[in-house]
Amino acid sequence: MALEKETLLNLYRNIVLIRTFEERVGEMYYEDKLPAFDIAAGPIPGEMHLYSGQEAVAAGVCAHLRPDDPVTSTHRPHGHLIAKGVDLNAMMAEIFGKKTGLCQGKGGHMHLFDPATHFGCGGIVGGGIPHAVGAALAIKKRHEDRVAVSFFGEGAANIGAFHESINLAAVWKLPVVFVVEDNLYAISVPKEASTSVRSNAERGAAYGIPAVQVDGQNAVAVYEAAKEAIDRARRGEGPSLIEAICYRFRGHFEGDAEGYLGADEKSTWKEKDPINILGAQLKEQGWLTDAEAEAIQAEMTRRVAAAETFARESPYPAPEEALENLFA
Amino acid sequence: MTERLLTTSKAIAEAIAQEMERDDSVFVMGEDIGAYGGIFGATEGLLQKFGPERVMDTPISEMGFIGAAVGAATEGMRPIVELMFVDFFGAAMDQIYNQMAKIPYMSGGNTKVPMVLMTAIGGSYSDAAQHSQCLYGLFAHTPGIKIVVPSSPYDAKGLMTQAIRDDSPVMFFFHKGVQGLGWMTPNPRATAHVPEESYTIPFGQADVKRQGQDLTILTVSLMVHRSLDAAEKLAEQGISAEVIDLRTLVPLDRETIVNSVKKTHRVLVVDEDYLSYGMSGELTAIVAEEALDYLDAAPKRLAVPDVPIPYSRPMEKYVIPTVDRIVATAKELVES
Repeated sequence: MALEKETLLNLYRNIVLIRTFEERVGEMYYEDKLPAFDIAAGPIPGEMHLYSGQEAVAAGVCAHLRPDDPVTSTHRPHGHLIAKGVDLNAMMAEIFGKKTGLCQGKGGHMHLFDPATHFGCGGIVGGGIPHAVGAALAIKKRHEDRVAVSFFGEGAANIGAFHESINLAAVWKLPVVFVVEDNLYAISVPKEASTSVRSNAERGAAYGIPAVQVDGQNAVAVYEAAKEAIDRARRGEGPSLIEAICYRFRGHFEGDAEGYLGADEKSTWKEKDPINILGAQLKEQGWLTDAEAEAIQAEMTRRVAAAETFARESPYPAPEEALENLFA
Repeated sequence: MTERLLTTSKAIAEAIAQEMERDDSVFVMGEDIGAYGGIFGATEGLLQKFGPERVMDTPISEMGFIGAAVGAATEGMRPIVELMFVDFFGAAMDQIYNQMAKIPYMSGGNTKVPMVLMTAIGGSYSDAAQHSQCLYGLFAHTPGIKIVVPSSPYDAKGLMTQAIRDDSPVMFFFHKGVQGLGWMTPNPRATAHVPEESYTIPFGQADVKRQGQDLTILTVSLMVHRSLDAAEKLAEQGISAEVIDLRTLVPLDRETIVNSVKKTHRVLVVDEDYLSYGMSGELTAIVAEEALDYLDAAPKRLAVPDVPIPYSRPMEKYVIPTVDRIVATAKELVES
């Protein structure tokens, strides 16, 4: 498939935006936590799971989604939400625990909910997979042409919710796409120690749904596979599974000593940086110069800085607000 | 001679190691409990000592591996399973609540399930609603599970050894803030002297951490530490608080609770779990049933006020009991 210049440039811009956001959050996360790391300290407390390295998956899939297409995500949700088109200010403010955040400070980095982009995520592995099936069920019941997408890791593909959800979606022929982001590890446990098949794409056959494996570092490959799956779902032809092989550049969470990695493993994968791969493809076509790439980077740095300023300057919620929002 | 100091996490790992040496039927399963040593350090060094046959990293399949532990236990093994955060119980709840807890009873006592399900609890570090719960009350509610909630390295080792040797299913709740982890807010009480030799602490024996005359504080886990800090401040204001660490909720040491209340005539329960239908309600009910005539004031409860744990720091501090709020509530109680 020959992709248009604008399509590729949009993918590139999105990937650069996600990377810029994640790396800046990664810097700010350590403010006031060091020298003796204290997870509870600093402007961004708690756990932090960043998406750097996997951006091509979110960008390539979400390029086909409309704001009203539901997406469920994971404990590593920033990339998906940015690719879905979230208001960056509100997202950053939530990560800072501020009142102006997407969830008024109740959710934090792992629990981002954005009705405007039909987005939800959470801290329980596999928890979002049935929700995407349910969203697809709602779509089908209302005879709409929307499509639900669930992102999750290869670790989540060993939990019951994955298997039950795919079977349900297949039996009911629902408009949902399951995206397995195989970043090789469930925290420290490598896929070969946890998964009985070489590829989760093989599991599609068990449920009678189309399933493919793609290079998750290559945005164009993801884009093309996602187009086929999402178009199929939009036509009412049922669910599909995409397995994207990818790599997390910053470990499971910030502070992960990564003692379980092989020697040179990470540096080898960093040679497959999705920004460089897509950048090279664009440059080959003559669609991106170094100066233009720098301009894109500068723009994304500015946008993230603006979100940071908004978040830092926003007030915290009042303590008593903890008691609000329990019931509708 | 200097005493050997251990963190709570190392004390737990040592108890498990000593039982594995003593009994071939003991083995460990869970997510990241092998090379990683457990996210909260409770299995550190075990893989190196005992190898992957007895220290098994699992897929993220909680229903599968907790259910498999039940099955292995019914065949005479003594599995120790780690549920990484108690908040992850949902995926495995049938196996915990309906299988592990009930098979011994349903079998008329003929089938034993000698397993330990250990899990991390607690908040105060902004990990939000799905990674900060305590939930021991939820598991204490269903009959058939022994519930251990230690507050110190010494207790953690002795109670873990006891748990492994127990023929009934035991849930062992270690608090992230009590483990003595390098990446958590430092807690001086999370490191203490632990004897090298193996020892047990019987279940159902509360520990009176501090003697007092004016009120009794009943609590467990990290809230023991906060209650002791509060008792220190109260003492400066002329109020003498007795602090009781229950250590196990099932079985529960009713006698120590009731005797203390008979002495102080006032009781405050400090609980990091949810307020309603939980530990604080249970303990105040017991006091009402067994020591009502001795009370000079209605019991008070400090617990999470029936909301999920919010992410943002000011809100989280508002819902999880703090030293200052324990002090304030104790003063209200004594002055009432």
